[in-house]
Amino acid sequence: MGYKAALRVWRGDAGAGALEDYQVEVNEGEVVLDVLHRLQASQASDLAIRWNCKAGKCGSCSMEINGRPRLACMTRMSVFTPTETLTITPMRTFPVIRDLVTDVSFNYAKAREIPSFSPPPDVKPGEFRMQQVDVNRSQEFRKCIECFLCQNTCHVIRDHTENEHAFSGPRFLMRIAELEMHPADTADRREIAQDDFGLGYCNITKCCTEVCPEHIKITDNAIIPMKERVVGRKYDPLVWLGDKIGRRTPKDTPKVPGKA
Amino acid sequence: MSDAELTSDTVVAGVGAATRAAVPGREPRPGGITWSDGDVDRYTYDVVVVGAGGSGLRAAIEARLHGKKTAIISKSLFGKAHTVMAEGGCAASMGNVNPNDNWQVHFRDTMRGGKFLNNWQMAELHAKEAPDRVWELEAWGALFDRTKDGKISQRNFGGHEYPRLAHVGDRTGLEIIRTLQQKVVAMQQADAVEFGDPEAMIKVYAETTITELIKDDSAGDGGRIAGAFGYFRDTGRFVLFEAPAVVLATGGIGKTYKVTSNSWEYTGDGHALALRAGAKLLNMEFVQLHPTGMVWPPSVRGLLVTESVRGDGGVLRNSEGKRFMFNYVPDVFRAQYAETEDEADRWYDDPDHNRRPPELLPRDEVARSINSEIKAGRGSPHGGVFLDIASRRPADYILQRLPSMYHQFKELADVDITKEPMEIGPTCHYVMGGVEVDPATGAASVPGLFAVGEVSGGMHGSNRLGGNSLSDLLVFGRRAGLGAAEYISALPSRPVVAEADLSSAAATALEPLGRADGENPYVIHAELQTVMNDLVGLIRRESELKTALVDLDKLRAREADVSAAGGRAYNPGWHLALDLRNMLVVAESVAQSALERQESRGGHTRDDYPAMSPEWRKVNLVCSAGAGGQVELRHQPIVPMRTDLLELFDIGELKKYMTEDELAGLPGAAATSGQEH
Repeated sequence: MGYKAALRVWRGDAGAGALEDYQVEVNEGEVVLDVLHRLQASQASDLAIRWNCKAGKCGSCSMEINGRPRLACMTRMSVFTPTETLTITPMRTFPVIRDLVTDVSFNYAKAREIPSFSPPPDVKPGEFRMQQVDVNRSQEFRKCIECFLCQNTCHVIRDHTENEHAFSGPRFLMRIAELEMHPADTADRREIAQDDFGLGYCNITKCCTEVCPEHIKITDNAIIPMKERVVGRKYDPLVWLGDKIGRRTPKDTPKVPGKA
Repeated sequence: MSDAELTSDTVVAGVGAATRAAVPGREPRPGGITWSDGDVDRYTYDVVVVGAGGSGLRAAIEARLHGKKTAIISKSLFGKAHTVMAEGGCAASMGNVNPNDNWQVHFRDTMRGGKFLNNWQMAELHAKEAPDRVWELEAWGALFDRTKDGKISQRNFGGHEYPRLAHVGDRTGLEIIRTLQQKVVAMQQADAVEFGDPEAMIKVYAETTITELIKDDSAGDGGRIAGAFGYFRDTGRFVLFEAPAVVLATGGIGKTYKVTSNSWEYTGDGHALALRAGAKLLNMEFVQLHPTGMVWPPSVRGLLVTESVRGDGGVLRNSEGKRFMFNYVPDVFRAQYAETEDEADRWYDDPDHNRRPPELLPRDEVARSINSEIKAGRGSPHGGVFLDIASRRPADYILQRLPSMYHQFKELADVDITKEPMEIGPTCHYVMGGVEVDPATGAASVPGLFAVGEVSGGMHGSNRLGGNSLSDLLVFGRRAGLGAAEYISALPSRPVVAEADLSSAAATALEPLGRADGENPYVIHAELQTVMNDLVGLIRRESELKTALVDLDKLRAREADVSAAGGRAYNPGWHLALDLRNMLVVAESVAQSALERQESRGGHTRDDYPAMSPEWRKVNLVCSAGAGGQVELRHQPIVPMRTDLLELFDIGELKKYMTEDELAGLPGAAATSGQEH
């Protein structure tokens, strides 16, 4: 086939920037990242793109293509018509470093706040026994390639910067669910999921699920079950009694790292 | 959310996100500064690990566990390393599926796969320690697929006698990288409690490239490692890590080839850094072409199709629909592989009484066979052959065992692998050659320098078995971290970085930006890939290798005049210009070694020397840097294998690989022919 596509690519840095127009050749079977690479090699050698595997496995080339958060390496040019102009912009939620590359350090900071895997202290390596049916749930969440498209899309932080401290975002609420459903984990993160990581901010609009390139059912399988678990704990009569007699936090609730 | 709601207008307005109120930890760093004496950030560490894939993270974890202050340098973001591309699994003889498995069998398979050129001391350590390294990951939170009795499941793979690969569907590498990443985070959380700073003892420097290793040669003895110099990719600002130990964990060299399963990071940085620092590269001619890469559409040519497809029942067919692998079982493997389709098919359910399907031969054999079929005109429409699992396994089995492959073919090629065969062909996948290291510690010949994983050499001989890479990363990652920690503890004084070395490294890095109208780095890179693909590829011959060396010479002259437009902040043109220097010296090492080795073995096939030679098996080819930076090659004898390990093999098998002299003294060596089974 082969045609010239019209691209409008955001160029600039933290200070300022604008959309710039380019005409780039497109060949059969190509993805958006191929076309951006051709642009880079032939017309704009310093065009900043973050990418790595070009196979949908590393989650580096997240950007917004005609306004939709996508991986450039998994977006085929055939989903657009040859006459369509492609507008390619950096992820909106994160600060721009340069061109299509954003500063995603927010996500790494959030990852460090979640209490880590806590196996029973008396189980030695090699002694774990788990059934496939029990690991299936957490395995779905561990498919996550950390492209942060869900974080970028979630309106709780996309449209409300003020929530950034209180809300971890879908990726890390899912990480909490993953640990909660891990058959060998002993900690109880239900209370802190609500109080420290902002589970309650999620109003299940499922935008995260819609943009997930791994097709993980973030809302249905991670966030909603976590909300149910949090509610189940909060209204448990024994927990209520514990609260009354002054034992507010059970000892298997881990401390949030970095919090007093 | 629909596409319509996210119109481009909204998006353009949203880009202003960069200028909104600053949130702590989210301020963009300054960029676009030119070199001056003050333009370098200095950090002091005990151990600097260059590379944040499986081996680098495992080494860093071990160094930290031994109390060493450790920096992890990553060209990409934390968690994006090439290890995520590993699909099939991690080989370890846990014996969970077949209790007959043990380290001796794994060792034997590894040596066979490498055609007996492996550093057998590494192969022995690897086979013995791999199970502990896998179990340890489970204690750090990894969730492998399970057997019915709740243990870690293990799958069949090419060259492995028993089901041996611990796996998670076909995304095992991702599971391993994520587990190690989360272990680093867990250690940082503990350090935050102990030291008040999560990064007090182990810190990740993401999107940072090392361009030079710096030595302290004040004693005049050739010097020892004193630090590593590089730049932050986002700002272009220079950075110096002062450290007595550097662990190279930079992976491979695949980006010197056009058709490759490797990501952009695989530019041979560690190989080149080691060479320039005075270390040696071992057997660089051995480059593995994975037999099954995608061949269509062109933009994904080379993308990996996991060997698990064959381990789980997939077969290779030519355009006539014939399972051609039965025609290509080489003499050395004839005893272990089925001769008929019926026997091969029975093996999946009854491996104790049937021999393996020839589709599960080691990768070098399968890649060459596919190449021969294509050359004979029996290829598929887009220049590959067919890999068929659709006609052999039910759709739900395929979806459960091979979800990423389903996803990959569906989204990138419009092929439903549960209904149609895949079109595949060989793709550059792995380099067996690498930095020569001490088997137990990963130490290179330069004091303070260590290498681990794909950048190290020896472990896999002339051909790596699938699944032995992930286990290699873990076993030798731990050993290199420990080796570096012990080296530092024994060091009488810390080496010092000379200011002159610092300025010279900075000046070299700035050169491409200073030239006005030089060569375009993208053009030189594309030409280099063509030379390597066409002249130093799967099948090699003397005339082509000589042409390749002449072409590489010319490219190197042009590389000296390469220029990068733009500034220092996140400038891929500049980054590529600097990577080119590494790729060219690595390419030259491969081509020179390939020209020298006059035999065919594993990942090195010479059209003009098609046989495997017992005399050449005794030779390691070693590259070092000459005074003018040119690659110098010499022969180095192999270390003879210990007798108790030799005795794991049938004497008849050893005779196919070794000379009479080597076998003298072994029981049965004098007999005219060995017993085969």
